[in-house]
Amino acid sequence: MTRYIVQRLAMLIPVLIGISVVTFSMLRLIPGDPATVMLGEHATIEQIEDFRERMGLNDPIYIQYLRYLQSVMRGDLGRSSLTQEWVIVELGQRLPATLELTLGAMFIACTVGILAGVIAAYYHNSFFDLATMVGALIGVSMPVFWLGLILMYIFGFKLKLLPPSARMTVGVELQTLNEAYHLDQILSGPWGTPVIAFTDFLSQFYLLASILTGDWKALLDVLKHLVLPSVALGSISVAIIARMTRSSLLEVLGEDYVRTARAKGLRERAVLTKHAMKNAFLPIITVIGLQFGGLLAGAILTETIFSWPGMGRLVVNRILARDYPSVQGSVLAIALVFVFVNLMVDISYAYLDPRIHYE
Amino acid sequence: MPVTTAETAAGGFRFRTGKPTSLWRDAWRRLLRNKLAIVGMVVLGIFLVMAVAADNYLLLLPRTLFKVELAEDATGPLAFLRAWGELTAKQATPLLAPYNPYKQELVRRREAPSREYLLGLDETGRDMLSRIIHGSRASLQVGVGSVSFAIVIGALMGAVAGFLGRWVDNLIMRLMDIMLAFPAMLLAIAIVSILGPGLMNMLYAIAIVSVPIYARIVRASVLSVREQDYILAARCIGVPPLRMLFRNVLPNCLTPLIVQGTLGIATAILNAAGLSFLGLGARPPKAEWGAMLGRGRGSIFTAPHIVIFPGITIMLMVLGFNLLGDGLRDSLDPRLRID
Repeated sequence: MTRYIVQRLAMLIPVLIGISVVTFSMLRLIPGDPATVMLGEHATIEQIEDFRERMGLNDPIYIQYLRYLQSVMRGDLGRSSLTQEWVIVELGQRLPATLELTLGAMFIACTVGILAGVIAAYYHNSFFDLATMVGALIGVSMPVFWLGLILMYIFGFKLKLLPPSARMTVGVELQTLNEAYHLDQILSGPWGTPVIAFTDFLSQFYLLASILTGDWKALLDVLKHLVLPSVALGSISVAIIARMTRSSLLEVLGEDYVRTARAKGLRERAVLTKHAMKNAFLPIITVIGLQFGGLLAGAILTETIFSWPGMGRLVVNRILARDYPSVQGSVLAIALVFVFVNLMVDISYAYLDPRIHYE
Repeated sequence: MPVTTAETAAGGFRFRTGKPTSLWRDAWRRLLRNKLAIVGMVVLGIFLVMAVAADNYLLLLPRTLFKVELAEDATGPLAFLRAWGELTAKQATPLLAPYNPYKQELVRRREAPSREYLLGLDETGRDMLSRIIHGSRASLQVGVGSVSFAIVIGALMGAVAGFLGRWVDNLIMRLMDIMLAFPAMLLAIAIVSILGPGLMNMLYAIAIVSVPIYARIVRASVLSVREQDYILAARCIGVPPLRMLFRNVLPNCLTPLIVQGTLGIATAILNAAGLSFLGLGARPPKAEWGAMLGRGRGSIFTAPHIVIFPGITIMLMVLGFNLLGDGLRDSLDPRLRID
């Protein structure tokens, strides 16, 4: 087990280097001179020369790369050329929104997907089974952003049941953890500042913050805003998980030990949960793990539709604004989250399936 | 074809006699027995007709290709070509699509579906139905184009990696790992942001992003095929490596590629629609479904038909490829070949 984790971590090194090379070359691959691109068409030759010198663009490429690597390690991703804000600060504000949305979608995908899959498998060849499978086929074929728009139209506009966009209603205020518990007074001293910075980061997870500060009104508001984007984003995963659950459970239900369990008079409920589900679960978990990455990418489109202030929307807006430092930073951040999630999935899978331990 | 069953006296084995059938023929027959796959093929067939006959542009092609002045008394195929040339006008005119997809009726913009405009007018007063019919061109072009591109490059890389092994294999596959470390959509967005928006750039971006999938598939099949006896036999009689790769190894890796390729077109179309929706794909006047959704999404509360129809169309085309891909998998997978 430990050996597997170490090996898996070692495999990470070339991937991380590769990611840094890709994000580093992004700026250099844009047709034209990066200095002209960043300063705009109207910059004078002196300005451009000065900029090149300051940014080290006149140095050999490998020196530039090493310098880039060095600053990334320090957490310095440069400043946005659009807002002049540090890119890392902007990402810190946006990452929680994306993660919250992804987790919301994952929650819906797992509950609805597994439930539908189990019922479909248990009542094999019933009407529900057929409906689930047709629904799953349509689900994987539907553009996420289109479903989002339709949901917004029906539930947000026609029925007025749920808010159609943003994370909170304007006017609803959510205290940060710092404000609610006066952390700055309790935590003084040299280590106080990073802790407060961390709690400020946590406060960007609105669900967590509203629970921790006991603000139930805000919690309800946040939850309401989370529903539509999560359903839209999770739709494809619901379909995939339902399909997998159904086929995996169907296979297990045909096994001899299920027949034995039934023959010895166990209640159906126990047969299903204790005998069948336990064995059907591994492939389902693999699929769920694979979905995480897809959701992260799908969030880019979902956030644009629902005006969700996350990283995906940041990337798209900044590409259109030609704000390359921000684009570079967000691509790096999303790739790192993606790699980290995949790592967690692999490790938990090895933990869950004792048969895995490696070449 | 008659199949007779014979029983040998010695072992009591049952075996079939009769004409041998090829893998492709068997697969085709199994595919035709699959109702869902038929539905998929019909849907795709309709889209193909829409793409070819939206206007007479493609029908004009032969004339523009063979810029020959044909004599009045031409005979045979030349006469046919000449007749065709006269039949098709000088400029593209609507054929299947009822109107010109770029003509704007500004006064009637966002008009709901009516008998005159079956699917209504879009936010600048262009006929939605014509634009949707024309849009099938862009989607098929990007879907099929990017996947073919990705398959050629991916198959080559995978084949070289699997066939040569050692450090070449390591180098290529680590490169693929790095590409897979990015979510596909994000990498595609990054590539388009470097190349600049546009239909072709989007095609390249989606192609590059999907290369690792095909490289992995081909490498895996090459590794298993390489161990087969007939490859050993080929090596023994001294077939040169490159020839062996193309004549003996690659053809035997085709089936997983075909299945994955068909399903891959579905994903490519969805990704393309997403990129265009974000404004990173097809440029404005172009009739493309994702771009139609993106430009029209501001009108969703006032004129929902502008958003509803392109979305349904995307879904139908993707569904078609998914159904066909699933059907192909069932009919080509040798493990299921027991009848």
